[in-house]
Amino acid sequence: MENGEWRVDASKLKYAQTHEWVSLKGNVATVGISDHAQKEISDVVFVELPAPGRVLKQKESAMVIESVKAAFDIYAPMSGKITRVNEKLKDKPELVNRSPYADGWLFEIECSNVKEWDSLLAGDAYEAVKSAH
Amino acid sequence: MTVLEEPTALKKTPLYDRHTALGAKIVDFSGWAMPVYYSGILAEHEWVRKSCGVFDVSHLGEIHVKGPGAFQFLQARLTNDLNKLKDNKILYSLICDEQGFTLDDILIYQSRRDDYSLIVNGGSIGRVLEGLEKYVPESVALTDRSDDTACVAIQGPRAEEVMRGVMGYELRDLNTYFFKEEKFNGQPVWISRSGYTGEDGFEIFSSNGLIVPIWDRLLAAGREKGILPAGLGARNTLRLEAGNVLYGNELDTATTPLEAGLDWAVSLDKPGGFVGRDCLLVQRERGPARRLVGFRVLDKPVAREHYPIFKSDRKIGTVTSGSFAPTVGGNIGMGYVEKKFSEPGTGIEIEIHGRRVPAEIVKLPFVPHKKRG
Repeated sequence: MENGEWRVDASKLKYAQTHEWVSLKGNVATVGISDHAQKEISDVVFVELPAPGRVLKQKESAMVIESVKAAFDIYAPMSGKITRVNEKLKDKPELVNRSPYADGWLFEIECSNVKEWDSLLAGDAYEAVKSAH
Repeated sequence: MTVLEEPTALKKTPLYDRHTALGAKIVDFSGWAMPVYYSGILAEHEWVRKSCGVFDVSHLGEIHVKGPGAFQFLQARLTNDLNKLKDNKILYSLICDEQGFTLDDILIYQSRRDDYSLIVNGGSIGRVLEGLEKYVPESVALTDRSDDTACVAIQGPRAEEVMRGVMGYELRDLNTYFFKEEKFNGQPVWISRSGYTGEDGFEIFSSNGLIVPIWDRLLAAGREKGILPAGLGARNTLRLEAGNVLYGNELDTATTPLEAGLDWAVSLDKPGGFVGRDCLLVQRERGPARRLVGFRVLDKPVAREHYPIFKSDRKIGTVTSGSFAPTVGGNIGMGYVEKKFSEPGTGIEIEIHGRRVPAEIVKLPFVPHKKRG
């Protein structure tokens, strides 16, 4: 992250085991990847965003992030319908590296089962997952 | 995302601790724990194109072939013509099996006639040794020196200046594809002028113990003298832009050098022939059914190895290497296609994440090799 300008409230974020972060407002989840994940992926050169309207199950592959090194699947942390994607990434995929929690967000999901929020990791539990790697 | 697994139980080079101390991302590269990048592949790639990068390539194997008849033995075993060699010269060659399939691509260093060192790929050492032992006469000694030889590559337009200013070696008169012996801390090292990146550059071969102070000397001089460490990630994007094949991707034991377009390293008419020649001669006469080509992807997704290549809904080939190419500024790759579709300018499609993406076959290399000096 380059600056302190947060789009989301970091203290309220939860995380999937697969390193996506989620911010939930009502039944709308905003999704991105963690700072740890963007460092692992490094040098993002292309982001294949999901089609708005697409319906996904939790843990289903939603999209692909391409770095110089490899292609990485990004999974839906919660089930639902894609309502919005970050169009800026089409021309500036490097925002995922520069600003993973703000300008580098990926997509929004209208959640079909808000209870899935409880299955995600809180910040401290996610820290433990990270350090296990 | 799924994080790349940290490798376990892999072979380590003598510089492994230096890589981890620099914060390198370590990956499994054909059984070796190697740095894929330190700061990032893009930055390291661009640094090598404009200045000078230092690569640990100690995973390369070294096999000494020495004794009366060594020339004749290698001449009959390898595809290139050893008569092109002289003392202190280096020659690229393939080693094939009896069917003409490729066991490895190698460099032959001639110290003297009947005294050679073969530089082989790290993942191929066992296969090459086996392929040599099968034919070696009693008078010729094969010695695998891979476990006690280390190597760093110094690559980029400032490489000669770095070798002079930092290492104290005047190499202006060392021509490309030649090598010489020098000293470091009073001990012998070999310095060759070649490389894999398309840039001017050198290799320093030494004992395992000696490579650490050599590395430290280069890295201590650092960015101010034009030097940064570069990982195998940048080595791969650089060699791909330079159109250089990688064993395991473009070459393997189901591929012949003629399919790969390496005819210039296959001397079908040298006297006495070589192992695999008869099959390769038949293939040359008929023309290989598939050819290695370069392509540019005409869209943003990246084509990667194993992705299928199509022409009008018919599968015509497979990608062997693909990446975003920093110097080209787009997505490029290499792959095998049916010969009739191998002409530059041919439009193809590559299936990427379930979608057909347009691409065009182009002439190799993508980035011209730099002339030294």
